Amino acid sequence: MPTSDDLKQRIEDALPGALVTVEDLTGGGDHFRAEIVSDSFEGLSRIQQHKLVYEVFGAEVGGPIHALSIKTSIPGGAS
Amino acid sequence: MTNTEIREFIDNAIQENPVMLFMKGSPEQPACGFSARTAACLNALGVRYAALDILPDPRIREELSGLSSWPTIPQLFVNGELVGGADIVTEMYDNGELADLLGAEQPEDADEAATQSEAPVGNVPLPLENRLD
Repeated sequence: MPTSDDLKQRIEDALPGALVTVEDLTGGGDHFRAEIVSDSFEGLSRIQQHKLVYEVFGAEVGGPIHALSIKTSIPGGAS
Repeated sequence: MTNTEIREFIDNAIQENPVMLFMKGSPEQPACGFSARTAACLNALGVRYAALDILPDPRIREELSGLSSWPTIPQLFVNGELVGGADIVTEMYDNGELADLLGAEQPEDADEAATQSEAPVGNVPLPLENRLD
């Protein structure tokens, strides 16, 4: 079962320099909320930004990770 | 019904319905909090939308996510384009972008409206389970 720290680590590995906070919403290891601030989102639409994060986990989202709620933003700028 | 037929059905539903919501359960009886939240935003804006329950057959979700490259449910499409899931739709509802996109009026008390409105659902596609023979 993944933990908040696992998810945080994997997002940080995939998006170097990103500021990531991950919260386990239920404590059950399957419903998470992630907030990510990263330069990688520059120039991307909101949906592309979210897809970038979902791609880190592939088929695990919808599988072992039932729900991953995402909020993305760019450092110093609007999302 | 084959996977290809399911995918074609989904594709058609997206093309034929200007506002198309794929969700768990129905707008009247959502089966998941995220789906409920997304349907509530559409309800609050009073727009007509089509909704399809993905739960009756796991292949609906597989094919939908294959088509959209989006892993979770709900998924809202407007004019054939994926707008997003519950987070994006809620954020766009709160900041008025969703009302703009759909040509609807932003309710004066947006939070209140999202908790109270009933679904004005129109032209709901025939549920897939009826076509699985």
